[in-house]
Amino acid sequence: MSDTHTSESSGDVFDLSQFHGVFYEEAGENLTSMEALLLETDESNADDESLNAIFRCAHSIKGGAATFGFQDVADLTHVMETLLDRLRRRELAITSGMIDTLLESGDVLKHLLASRQSGTDAGIDCTELVARIGAFAHGTVAAAPAAVAPVAAATAAPVAASMTEAPAAASASPAAAPLAPGERVLEIAIGPLDQPRLADNVVELFGEIPGLGTIEPSDDGKPDAAQTRHFRVVSTVTDSDLLDLFSFHVSREQVSIREVGAAATAVATPVATPAATPEADQTFGLFEDLPEPVAAGVQAPAAVVVAAPKAEAPRAADRAAPASANLESSTIRVPTEKVDQLINLVGEMVITQAMLAQTGRGLDAVVHQAMATALTDLERNTRLLQEAVMAIRMIPMTAVFNRFPRMLRDLSGRLGKKLELHTIGEDTELDKGLIEKITDPLTHLVRNSADHGIEMPADRIAAGKPEHGTVTLAAAHQGGSIVIEVRDDGRGLNRAKLLAKARERGLSVSDSMSDTEVYGLIFAPGFSTAAEVTDVSGRGVGMDVVKRNITSLGGSVEIDSVEGQGMRVSVRLPLTLAIMDGMSVGVADETYIVPLASVVESIHMTASDVKSVGGTGRVVEVRNEYLPLIRLDELFDVPRSVEHNGGIMIVVEAEGGRIALLVDDLIGQHQVVVKNLEANYRKVPGVSGATILGDGRVALILDVSWLIRRVRH
Amino acid sequence: MNARANAVVNAVVERPREYLTFRLGEEEYGIDILKVQEIRGYEQPTRIANAPSFIKGVVNLRGVIVPIVDMRLKFGLGSAEYNDFTVVIILNLGARVVGMVVDSVSDVMELSPEQIRDTPEIDSVVDSSYITGLGTLNDRMLILIAIEKLMGTAEMALA
Amino acid sequence: MTSILAVDDSASMRQMVSFTLRSSGYDVIEAIDGQDALDKIGDRHVDLVLTDQNMPRMDGLTLIRELRCVDRFKRTPILMLTTESSDEMKQAGRAAGATGWMVKTFDPQRLLEIISKALPN
Repeated sequence: MSDTHTSESSGDVFDLSQFHGVFYEEAGENLTSMEALLLETDESNADDESLNAIFRCAHSIKGGAATFGFQDVADLTHVMETLLDRLRRRELAITSGMIDTLLESGDVLKHLLASRQSGTDAGIDCTELVARIGAFAHGTVAAAPAAVAPVAAATAAPVAASMTEAPAAASASPAAAPLAPGERVLEIAIGPLDQPRLADNVVELFGEIPGLGTIEPSDDGKPDAAQTRHFRVVSTVTDSDLLDLFSFHVSREQVSIREVGAAATAVATPVATPAATPEADQTFGLFEDLPEPVAAGVQAPAAVVVAAPKAEAPRAADRAAPASANLESSTIRVPTEKVDQLINLVGEMVITQAMLAQTGRGLDAVVHQAMATALTDLERNTRLLQEAVMAIRMIPMTAVFNRFPRMLRDLSGRLGKKLELHTIGEDTELDKGLIEKITDPLTHLVRNSADHGIEMPADRIAAGKPEHGTVTLAAAHQGGSIVIEVRDDGRGLNRAKLLAKARERGLSVSDSMSDTEVYGLIFAPGFSTAAEVTDVSGRGVGMDVVKRNITSLGGSVEIDSVEGQGMRVSVRLPLTLAIMDGMSVGVADETYIVPLASVVESIHMTASDVKSVGGTGRVVEVRNEYLPLIRLDELFDVPRSVEHNGGIMIVVEAEGGRIALLVDDLIGQHQVVVKNLEANYRKVPGVSGATILGDGRVALILDVSWLIRRVRH
Repeated sequence: MNARANAVVNAVVERPREYLTFRLGEEEYGIDILKVQEIRGYEQPTRIANAPSFIKGVVNLRGVIVPIVDMRLKFGLGSAEYNDFTVVIILNLGARVVGMVVDSVSDVMELSPEQIRDTPEIDSVVDSSYITGLGTLNDRMLILIAIEKLMGTAEMALA
Repeated sequence: MTSILAVDDSASMRQMVSFTLRSSGYDVIEAIDGQDALDKIGDRHVDLVLTDQNMPRMDGLTLIRELRCVDRFKRTPILMLTTESSDEMKQAGRAAGATGWMVKTFDPQRLLEIISKALPN
């Protein structure tokens, strides 16, 4: 299901190209279905069900094509739909000629869609095909595939009689004749036309279709300087329906309709509908009052329904006009490169502002009061600017999680397993660019859980588990990263099996490897512990590609598992740019940043406050509670020239746990721009990111969660 | 084995025409000039705990965090001093930006295929599979290295 | 959270509508046809219904009529998704009890605007 579209679809925030793939698949299925149904259809005895089904196939493709802007597909399916609609209502009888033409259209559609998908030009002109189908739809049967003009000539003869009548009737001065209710007088211009006789086809429509109205040329049959024909039409039909009909013969852009008079109605004064023929005005409407509750099975009397429209039509158009005026959207499309550049520039500005602030601290606040005030303002404005700019590219994870309910349902069916999906943290935002790139790896991980992780319902029950296997997707921010987890409550990983498989594959492993390292073997190329290779998640090739994709995004991935209980894959990705409130602390000669959000309090302390436990562990009493104490100089192996007694203790909290950190100094509290270490280096344990201090140097940001987890084990 | 490894590297790696040359201890090396982003003086990096000793830490390069590797420490060549003349070559290797500390940078040289010889069996601190050949120019011998490959290896501990 | 029922037998349309609406903070219940929609609603409250017309098992108009028989859906805004704005379709929709209609060739931004217009507030 490869999709090479990178174009911006409607709206920058909504990237619709992710749905193109689904649409192509769906359209493909519909075309296959339609072809099969057409081949089965017996012209002499076509059944309602088949006709309806064929109609729905075309209808479905049209809906998607129109929405995604695939105009050529939409136009062709539109006219097919018109024909199929009349067929299913039994207004027309199906013939083998129609079936052949519809089959041909199906082939053409396949080509058009395939070209779209591969980004090439189909090079097919559908005009003739569309006209042919249109002719079927209007009951005018073309003899054989031929250009439009000859068809007109072929049918001109039988229709000639009515043609001469129509103008005659019309020429009895429509202006003078009183208009029936709902009738409108229109001036229609068609052109510029390469072939002026195309306009004659439009004239014929009025002869062929009863109730359409009357038409007479107002230009004596001669095109004007702009190769345009002019007509006067009296009709009850709406502009857009007229356009639909005309579009079989000429393109919509060539037609302009102007209303010059309408019948007075009891309900509303005549409204001159806008001269332009915008379909946009007719895309939405509300019925004027909320409908009365209708009892089931009671059909509204048809007579009422039919009579009302004549009076209603002007009102609907009336309302549509102001409605559409209000619907003018107030968004601008911006190329992502411009947004990226903006984000980078703002990031640099924040760093410069920090340097300024640093320099400013050295100044005498009284003497340079104006400067001090200005710097404070600058810091606030910079922060607000940064937040606003970051928000532009961030989209909630729902964009990624959205596809999984359907996918799991399909997998349930295919695998014969019962699968449930839970999502947590759907609102967590992620950069738009990353969202696109993380979808494939996550999809693979979810498939993997469904395929290899979750057991068959019978096995689950035998193991005392609920029949439904649960796959959980969770997303949360952590420091300068976003962490996305794919968890399942399936069979988990078997350490021994993994080691054995690795040895089989010739990988160098040892029994002393930690569990995490053993589980990480899954990411080795060519590794697979599946008893059989299934086509759902493919060979072991998948997992190493997943890891590579994630690392190429500057991220990391880790697996945790308990055999028999389940597995958790944690994907950590950098946020494009993040600001965080941090507390900078001094440890010997180095500076570290502690996320302010995790700081509970800071306390001066002396050596005597520290008690040792079990020889190596250290605890400290804080408010009647003993907390584990970690010396940052030991944790980060910071060289010390002089032994330090006492210092500052910072109590931090994360993941429901609390510990105390021992540092030398509290330097200050400020906003830091979080930079990613993994982009050029690697994930460092205990460090969630880095920042650039006011003096231009790099300081590491402490990963408090990691620390707390480490203390726990 | 050496010659064969050479042939493999040569077959796969397109030989660049221009090389940036630099010194590590007594030896002179050459790398593809296209991999070089810039050359800077040495500034004390921010140390990263538990990293190998040849990874000095990370520095801020106009807002990007870049790791600094001391090639002299890694390959035990020369004494690793840090003074005003110490040079850091910033490499842009596609997927990552890395800085490497060397003793000094010489010049950019253009070498024609005739000036490049195959590497004989020698004991080299740099794994000979990363040596693409020996360049000769007048009296100088340049050890030509596939620097991108070298930086990507597990032993460089950058990934 | 405002919840919207989106009924359409085309998966790509359904996904696109859901995606658009969910990204803007609406809760979306998807259904593949009228029958599925009624099954999925159960006892839940829904603030607005978007429904296609031509679907297997139960079509849009029938669904609208069925919904209007249920007390809590008597006043719920129901928008028909049509592929063109034919008078006949509009009238049939109105008779069945639809609140309004919308042509399917929409822009996600426009969809959001139309929905916020149709929702009472």
